[in-house]
Amino acid sequence: MTGYTATVTVRPKRGVLDPEADTTERALSRLGFELEDLRSADRFEIDVDAADAEAARDRAGEMADRLLANPTIHDYDVAVAERE
Amino acid sequence: MTVAVVQFGGSNCDRDAVRALSHLGVDAERIWHADGLPDDTEGIVVPGGFSYGDYLRAGAMAARQPIMEAVREAAADGTPVLGVCNGAQIGCETGIAEGAFTTNRSARFQCEHVHLRVERADTPWTAAYEAGQVLEVPIAHGEGRFEIREDRLEALEAEDRVLFRYCDADGAVTDAANPNGSTANVAGLLGARETVAVMMPHPERATLPDVGGTDGQGVLRAFAE
Repeated sequence: MTGYTATVTVRPKRGVLDPEADTTERALSRLGFELEDLRSADRFEIDVDAADAEAARDRAGEMADRLLANPTIHDYDVAVAERE
Repeated sequence: MTVAVVQFGGSNCDRDAVRALSHLGVDAERIWHADGLPDDTEGIVVPGGFSYGDYLRAGAMAARQPIMEAVREAAADGTPVLGVCNGAQIGCETGIAEGAFTTNRSARFQCEHVHLRVERADTPWTAAYEAGQVLEVPIAHGEGRFEIREDRLEALEAEDRVLFRYCDADGAVTDAANPNGSTANVAGLLGARETVAVMMPHPERATLPDVGGTDGQGVLRAFAE
């Protein structure tokens, strides 16, 4: 078994309104920053021990399917790296 | 009929629901989720509140507690199930109703009276009303914006499973009368069976005459049948 960190990023689907991101964008504009758009996402860093990176990725993907993301409103991606 | 009002940590409308049902002569009791559904359960309310502090997403944690598996099975078997507010969010997360309720368009918590148009009166939840009737019922939520995949919205409407839409006092379904940006002004919908419904507005807060209007009584009367 090898130690991995699976990073799951959950974000609103394109086209799904994200009022919190819109509010944050407006606040940055009020602070004088120039920006064209802002998207927000939730990131989960999950330490797992698995036979290989693919197994770690599959397990994290299942976690996203079962709990971390809601398929009606979210997309997600998974990145896997060996733990130091 | 004994109605189980399922209480999670952070539920806060469970007592209101029991009191409103009792007012209508319906036998109802609060059930702590970890104790499971009683054997004599003949109806289920998943009440409002902030179960599990709305961690991750409103309803996400409660939906994955074991009791919700029992609620899902009861719903599939025809037991009347009503999810209100956080209970509606839990219901969608559980899959007893389609879509999701997420952050209001305003990004704010909103606590106000709204108008609802009854979309169909031939369900247990709306039999006390006329189709097209306008109800006044309170909302109190930060994550009440109904979202659903476009193809599923088409199916929902084709199957006539929208129960209530946000409207103005005259019954016109307009964007201005949509308090939270819900898709197609959907405020409440049926699940796979007509005996299952979820809705963001609070019928139990519009049932006791002493606290204002009683327009919500008709929804709870489904349990009096």
